[in-house]
Amino acid sequence: MASPATRYRPWRVLGPFLIGLVLLTVWTFWPGLSNTPQLGLDLQGGTQVTLLPQPAPGSDGTVTNEQLDQAVAIIRQRVDGLGVAEAEVTVQGSGQNSAIVVSVPGSVPQDRLVELVGRTAQLAFRAVEAIYDPAGVDPNAPAESPSPEPTAPAPSPTATDASAAPSPTPTDASSEPSASATPEASASPSPTPTVEQPETPVQAASDDTEFEDRALRLDCGLPENRAGGVPDDQGLWLATCDREGVAKYILQPAFIKGTQVTNAQAQLDPQTNGWSVSLTFDSAGAKALADISTEIWQKTPPQNQFAIVLDAIVYSAPQFIEPIGGGQAQITGDFTTEEAADLANVLKFGSLPISLEVGQVTSITPTVGADYLRAGLLAGAIGLILVALYLLLYYRALGLVAVASLGIAALISYNAFVIFGRQLGFTLTLAGVAGAIVAIGITADSFVVYFERIRDEAREGRTLRVAAEAGWIRARRTLLAADFVSLLGAIVLYVLSIGSVRGFAFALGLTTVVDVVVAFLFTRPVVAILAGTRSFQAGKKWSGVDMARLGVHTPPSRQPAAAAGRR
Amino acid sequence: MSRVSEIGHKLYSGEVSYNIVGRYRRWYAISGVFLLLAVGSLVFRGLNLGIEFTGGAEFQVPSASCTIDDARAAVADTGVQVSTVTALGNDYIRVTTEAVEQGQSLQIRQALADACQVQADDVAAQVVGPTWGGEITQKALTALGVFLVLVSVFLAIYFDWRMAVSALVALIHDILLTIGVYSLLQFEVTPATVIGVLTILGYSLYDTVVVFDKVKENTRGILGQSRQTYSQAANLAVNQTLVRSINTSIVALLPVGAILFVGAWILGAGTLKDLALALFVGIAAGTYSSIFIATPLLAQLMERDPQMQALARRVASRGVGPRGGKSSTASPSGESGAAAEPDSGGAATATAVAEPGADAMDRARARRAASGPRNQPKRTSRAKR
Repeated sequence: MASPATRYRPWRVLGPFLIGLVLLTVWTFWPGLSNTPQLGLDLQGGTQVTLLPQPAPGSDGTVTNEQLDQAVAIIRQRVDGLGVAEAEVTVQGSGQNSAIVVSVPGSVPQDRLVELVGRTAQLAFRAVEAIYDPAGVDPNAPAESPSPEPTAPAPSPTATDASAAPSPTPTDASSEPSASATPEASASPSPTPTVEQPETPVQAASDDTEFEDRALRLDCGLPENRAGGVPDDQGLWLATCDREGVAKYILQPAFIKGTQVTNAQAQLDPQTNGWSVSLTFDSAGAKALADISTEIWQKTPPQNQFAIVLDAIVYSAPQFIEPIGGGQAQITGDFTTEEAADLANVLKFGSLPISLEVGQVTSITPTVGADYLRAGLLAGAIGLILVALYLLLYYRALGLVAVASLGIAALISYNAFVIFGRQLGFTLTLAGVAGAIVAIGITADSFVVYFERIRDEAREGRTLRVAAEAGWIRARRTLLAADFVSLLGAIVLYVLSIGSVRGFAFALGLTTVVDVVVAFLFTRPVVAILAGTRSFQAGKKWSGVDMARLGVHTPPSRQPAAAAGRR
Repeated sequence: MSRVSEIGHKLYSGEVSYNIVGRYRRWYAISGVFLLLAVGSLVFRGLNLGIEFTGGAEFQVPSASCTIDDARAAVADTGVQVSTVTALGNDYIRVTTEAVEQGQSLQIRQALADACQVQADDVAAQVVGPTWGGEITQKALTALGVFLVLVSVFLAIYFDWRMAVSALVALIHDILLTIGVYSLLQFEVTPATVIGVLTILGYSLYDTVVVFDKVKENTRGILGQSRQTYSQAANLAVNQTLVRSINTSIVALLPVGAILFVGAWILGAGTLKDLALALFVGIAAGTYSSIFIATPLLAQLMERDPQMQALARRVASRGVGPRGGKSSTASPSGESGAAAEPDSGGAATATAVAEPGADAMDRARARRAASGPRNQPKRTSRAKR
C-alpha cells in the first residue's frame, strides 16, 4: 500500500519508543544497582518524625529556605550520630509551609529520636580556652550530666581556677521515664534547650571541679560525639569537638549569641581571589565583639581564637588578627566556595533560629509494613486484572491494545519509581501505591475516550483507517485537556502539601504523564497499524469495531480499503 | 455487550435520546435532597475525626495470642485513657488512646507486647500532636483554593466561563456529597481521607472536561443554524458520551473497589481503605454530576445569552425540535415533563438537509438518510433500562 508522504507513519513513532523503553528498562534492571523502588517507611518499617518549623519566639515570624536547609543539615548530623544506616532527612514544601521529615528505617528508640531531632539548635561565639587532640584520654568516656545550676559566667581566663561544686547525678537518657509532664511538653520541645538531658560533649559551670577531667575523657573520634543535639547552655563552659573530629575544644561561655548576628555572606575577595565570610552584628553584638577582640587578640594561640559553635559543635575557630570595632567582621581563610557558603549559612541560621514542633511520630514494624505492601500489590493486581478483563470484553481486539498499553504504562511507572528512587531519593509510600492504583482507571479512560471516538467516526461511515486517524485527532484534544487538569491537581497538591499527601500526588502526577506518553507513543501508532490490516478494515467480529455490533450498516461500496488490502 | 454497542450507536445518532438536559429540575431535586442530607449531617453530627486531627496515639499489635479485652486491659493498666480498641482484619488489634507523651508510648508498647506475647518492636505506634491534623487540613484547603483558581482560569480559557462555573458547581457538589457520606456513616476521617477527597477534585473535573469537550464540539457554529437549540445540542452531547461516561466510571471504580476490598477485608483499616472509600463515593458522584448537574447547568447558563435565546426562538418558530428530547424546549424554564420515553428520532433524519453551515454530524445523518431505510428494530423498551 503506497502512501502519500504526509501520512502518519506509526512505526516511526513506535520504533524509537520501544527502543527507548527497552533502554530505560535495561537501565532500571542494570545489575549492581538497586532494581526495586525505594520503599517508604510505612512499607519497610521504621520510625518517622514529622517536624513543623516555627519561627522562634521573638523573631519576626518568617522561616526562610536557608534556615530550613541549615536545620536539615543539623538534624541530619544528629541522626547520623545515632549510627543508623539510610536515615533520611528531607524538607517538604518551602518556607512557612514546609515540614521536615526524618525517616529512620529499622527499629530505633522512638523517644530518643524525637528528643534528638526536635531540639532547637543554638549558635554561639565562644572564646577558645584550649585545644586538645581529639582522642579521649580515658577511653571509657561515660555520658555525664551538666550542672543543674547554671551559674553566672565567670570571665576567668583559665579553666583551672574552677572551685568546688556539688557533682550532678548522671541519668541515662533512654531509660528515664518522663513522669508527669503534660502531653504538650512532648509534642512541642521548648524553644530554648534546658539542662535536663546529658550528652557526651561536656558542659560545666566555671566552678565545676570535674569539668576538666570529663573534658579530657571526651573522645572526638566517636561519631556520636560530633553529631550535635546537645543542649548548649550558652552561659556555661563547653568542651566539645569540631565537625570532622580533628580537634577537641575547651570553650568559655558565649560572648555573642546567634541572634546577635544580623547577616552573614560568603564573598570573593577580588585581590586574593580567595573566599571569605563577612559578618554583621547588632549593636550589643558589636560591643561584645569589640571587647573580646581587644582583650584576647594579642594572646598566644589558641587563646586568641574564638569558636563558632552551632548545636554544640565547633564549625570554625578563627583567630582575631586585630581588634574589631564597628560590628563588621570578616573571616578569611583557605575556604573553598562551598566551605565559605556553608559557614555563612551556619552564621545566618544563628541569626534567626527556628524551633521545630513535632507534628507526628509514626513507628511501623517491618511486619506491618510488609503486610501493607502485600495488600497494596494485591489490590493493584486485582484492579489491573478487572480493568483488563472489562476492556477485553468490551473492546475485543482494541481491548488487547488497551491492555498492552496498560502493561506498558505499568512498566514505565515501575521504571520511573526505581530510577527516581535511585537518583532522587524518591520513596514509594502506601499512599503512593494507592495513587498508582487509582491511576490505572484514569489511564484506561484515555483508551476508552480514544476507542469511543474511533467508533463514533466509524458510525459516521468512515473507513476504519480514516476513523482511527480522525478519532485520534479528536480524542487527543480531550485527553490533553483532561490530563492537564489531573496534572495540575497533582502539582498543586505536591507543592502545597506535606507528608503522605505528597507521595500520593507524586505518584498520581507521574502516572498522568506516563498516560499521555503511552497514549501518544504507543496506543496511537499501534491502533494505526491495526487499522491498516485487512481484518480490521473488514470489521471482523472480534476487532472491537465490528460494524454490525456498532449498529452501523455500511453499504459494500463503503469498504474500499478492504478491497485494496487484498493481494 | 453487543446490545450496549448498539445502544451506543443509537445514542450517538440521536435515534435514542434520554432527555437529561431538559429534566434538570428532577436532577437538581435529587441532588438537592442528597446535599441537604449531607450538609445537615455535617452540621448536626459532624465528622468522626481520626487521631491525626484530634491528637492522640495509635498502636497496632499482632493479635495471634491475645484478645481485644487483653489489649484494652493492658493499656488501661498503664493509666492512659483508651479511646477505641478494634480488630484489624484477623492479624492485628488497633488501640487508640488520648494524647500521650513519648515516654508513655514506650510503656504502652511494652505493655501491649507483654499482653500479646510479642516483642515491643513488633508493636507499631503513632503519636500525633494535636496540631498535625490542623496543619494537614489547612494545607489541603490551601491546595484546594489554589487548584480551584488555576483550574477555573484554565477552563475559562479553554472552554468558556460558563463551563468553568458549571464544572466547579459539579465539583463542589461531589466534594460535599463525599464528606456528607463520611459524616452520615461516621467513618473515621484521616489524612488519607483528605487525600482521597483531593483526588476527587482532579477526577470530577476530568470527567466533566470530557463531556464538555463533546458539548463544545457539538455547539460549534450553533448560531449559524436554526434546527437545534443549545440545550438540545448539549443533550445530544451528553447522550453521545453516555457510553464513554459509564465505561470510564466502571474502569475507574474497578481498581478503587479492589483497594477498598483489600483494604477493608484483609487489612481491616488504614490508609488504603480510607483513601479508597473517599474515592469510591467521589468517583460515583463525579460521574453523576458531570452528566446530570454540570451539563444541564451549563445549558441553563448558556440559554440566558440573548443570542442563544434568539436561536431558541428561531428553532421554536420552525416548529421542529426533534433531537435532544422533545421536552427540552428552548427556554430554560420550559420544562414540559413529557416525553419520558426516549424518542426514536425517525423524524430527525428527514429534516437533516445539509446546509452549508451544518456540522459534521448532520452531514453524516443526511448521508445515512440517503443511504436507505434502516432495518434496525427500534429497541425503545430495551434502551429505557
